[in-house]
Amino acid sequence: MTQEHGTPSRRLKFEIFRYNPEDENSEPHSDVFEIDETPFMSLYIALNKIRELHDPGLQFDFACRSAICGSCGMVVNGRPALACRTLTSDLPEDIQLYPLPAFKLIGDLSVDTGTWFRGMGERTEAWIHERQAFDPEAEEERMSDDIAAAIYEGDRCIECGCCVASCGVANLDDEFLAGAGMNRVARFMMDPRDTRSEAEWFDVVAGDRGVFGCLGMMACADVCPKELPLLEVYAYLRRKTLGARFAARHEKKGSA
Amino acid sequence: MSARLITTDVLVVGGGLAGERCAIEAAAAGYEALILSLVPPRRSHSCAAQGGMQASLANCARAEGDNPTVHFLDTVRGSDWGADQEVANIFADEAPIAVRELAHFGVPWSRVRGGKNKYFIKGEHVEIDEALENDGLIGQRDFGGTAKWRACYAAAGTGHAALYAVDSEVVRLGITVQDRTEAVSLIHDGSRCLGAVVRCLRTGRHFAVMAKATVIATGGYGRIYGQYTSNAVINEGTGASIALDTGIVPLGNMEAVQFHPTTLSPSGILVTEGCRGDGGYLLDKNMHRFMVEKEPAKQELASRDVVSRHMQQTMRDGNGVDSPYGPHLWLDIRHLGEKHLRTKLLEVWDICRDFVGLNPVNDLIPVRPTQHYSMGGIRVNKDGESYGLAGLFAVGEAACWDMHGFNRLGGNSLAETLVAGRLVGRRVAEHAAGVSLRADTGYAFDAIAAAEQRATSWLSRAGKGRSIYEIRDAMGETMMHKVGIFRTGDELNEAVNELQALLNDCDNAVLRCKDPGVNPELGFALRLKGMLRLAMTVAMGARARTESRGAHFRSDFPLRNDEEWLNRTLVRWAMDESEPSFSYEPTGLIDLPPGHRGYGSDERIEMQRSIDSYNETVVHEQAQHGRLPSSEEMGSRLKCGAWQAYA
Repeated sequence: MTQEHGTPSRRLKFEIFRYNPEDENSEPHSDVFEIDETPFMSLYIALNKIRELHDPGLQFDFACRSAICGSCGMVVNGRPALACRTLTSDLPEDIQLYPLPAFKLIGDLSVDTGTWFRGMGERTEAWIHERQAFDPEAEEERMSDDIAAAIYEGDRCIECGCCVASCGVANLDDEFLAGAGMNRVARFMMDPRDTRSEAEWFDVVAGDRGVFGCLGMMACADVCPKELPLLEVYAYLRRKTLGARFAARHEKKGSA
Repeated sequence: MSARLITTDVLVVGGGLAGERCAIEAAAAGYEALILSLVPPRRSHSCAAQGGMQASLANCARAEGDNPTVHFLDTVRGSDWGADQEVANIFADEAPIAVRELAHFGVPWSRVRGGKNKYFIKGEHVEIDEALENDGLIGQRDFGGTAKWRACYAAAGTGHAALYAVDSEVVRLGITVQDRTEAVSLIHDGSRCLGAVVRCLRTGRHFAVMAKATVIATGGYGRIYGQYTSNAVINEGTGASIALDTGIVPLGNMEAVQFHPTTLSPSGILVTEGCRGDGGYLLDKNMHRFMVEKEPAKQELASRDVVSRHMQQTMRDGNGVDSPYGPHLWLDIRHLGEKHLRTKLLEVWDICRDFVGLNPVNDLIPVRPTQHYSMGGIRVNKDGESYGLAGLFAVGEAACWDMHGFNRLGGNSLAETLVAGRLVGRRVAEHAAGVSLRADTGYAFDAIAAAEQRATSWLSRAGKGRSIYEIRDAMGETMMHKVGIFRTGDELNEAVNELQALLNDCDNAVLRCKDPGVNPELGFALRLKGMLRLAMTVAMGARARTESRGAHFRSDFPLRNDEEWLNRTLVRWAMDESEPSFSYEPTGLIDLPPGHRGYGSDERIEMQRSIDSYNETVVHEQAQHGRLPSSEEMGSRLKCGAWQAYA
């Protein structure tokens, strides 16, 4: 069998982390599976093939298989990535797959990102804190298309967890906001519909679990499958947070 | 999950847009709502909707003169008169509210830019002045089958942005979502739904949820088409399946299956209709824009059923582009320019790069029609309450409400999830107010025992049965090639026979994995029979319907037949019956008389009786088919004759 461009098909060797917490006889270990590479083979195709041909108990998560639902983050040859959009042709013949760290393991390559993101959403109150209740009769509030586009850019995060898994701090502290959390905060902070004051934001984002807990290694920005501008997000949050502090000090002086 | 039985006021099965919006309404009315979801709710398939959400805001130049009546007209014509016209009217009336509410929840809708804007319309570069007074209102783009630019959008990630905003509201209200859970059967006493048995997808254990009202919002059943679908792998029709299993609740119009014209070849990943809405072309292997002569009026923007058929025919005629995966056609959006592609169609740019290694600024995109949407589903009345089981509701793609009839317009389903979620949520709350929780734990424990027995029986089966994945793949081949875009009686006969054989195979299939816990093979095995049963209702429904309407096209009966088939298919199938039973009810009260859609064929078999005489029987006949009374009487939301000013 040959690939489209005439190169001979490769035999791929997958080393995959295995552990089933529901099975008292299961111990963490790796299994090795071999399959033939096919043209345009993604890890979605490869993993399903392994499950269907070699080990029907293998656990992993996919939903949309088009890089928009964020289900299939895993560590691919040492680097967090979305499995569905990772093509085997971009990888060597030996492929190691591990579950994302920093999240609770469900089994094999499957981890519990849902609980982490719900917790982050609750702690940062990641919803619009609005001025007034919705009026079904009223025309929409206006917004410039440029601001809408900027908010949309922040809204593009698919909560796959790759940034969290790649973050040294998030691996030590379950409640560190990490790239996705910071991005979410910045998205609401820049939204004119959200009425939270700078002082209120300060409580959310300052401190060791917010932007000042970041050690600046920025692996999050390196691994983000959506290429979100996380460097800019951190800079924006630091600026806004310090701005809030200066404003507070100024106010204190003024009132003294 | 240690508790074997939990209670709540409102149980919502499914954490996509429709389910979450419904739960919000119930929770805001003061009821305890519990959402079950196969995946963390933001991973639901609503997130994959790209191009837009239809609502007649009339915010831009090409939307001038739009209003809910024009939207109603487009929707009924799109449905090929299969829709319930009152429901289509409620929908069109409330869609603007739903879109504006999403703005309130935080969706960053793309906005109108006042002043000169450059667009591509029917192959022409056009410059249009958007009124300065409209600057900053929600922007709208063109979509298929509509008279006006009506699709509100957030770049090409509209569903994603909407789902995140709605889920934010769920978090704000503190609504509990149990992700990685699957409802595997409904608990009922023959006339009332009491809740559901649930399998935990973390531990494999079963538990029961007892509720005053149960809402099914599990989306479509696209995965019965195997790999030939744009749907996520979780769209296996589980909600429709457990409703069908009751033998009481009918599914409606299961044969009405939409094929989206532009999905990536070969993976089937969706490429939004917004590409054509924004001026993209379809080309054959000779770089010829075949849609221009096939549909002079709408060109690439005829309805999806019509465009998909022209594409399929073009490939059958030998004008497709050959590939190792079979023929495809080209989608050309190069002329829209890099800036447009990397802002308004950003997700398309991403998908092309990630999955076919192309840059749509320079490259043509290989596309072909693939299963995309399930118009059929759990038949409900206009309140969203199922036929036959009080307290069981369905909403969104899982339901046959039925505003889409035999073909849904692009952007109408995203809008439906919110409009119906709001409305059905209100009705669910009213229902919860009127009943007390029946703690008939006997029903619940019996249902849990039955579910556990099904799992045990799969695990204890030994021998050399077929692999469940082989059966799944065979089902997909049968459905795509024999219950696909063009259908014939002979092929449908073959399909029914093949599906029957697969059902037998399924009963003898053997699992290789006996691991405790979630056991993914067992999880799929437990769904497979339900998927085959749904597939059978689609194939048999298609075989029985000897006419062509919307997406259901019979090459051997190519005309729409309003004399005999202006009706809705209902199908019931209890677990212990060998085959499903079909019946037919009137589509609903007719306001807009059947006529030409404005695209596609203008030939049809006319209905001989008058609209008045058709309408006289509707209320009574539907009630005889199991429709429960709605909170407002039937027809109260029709605006009879309002369309006459626009037709």
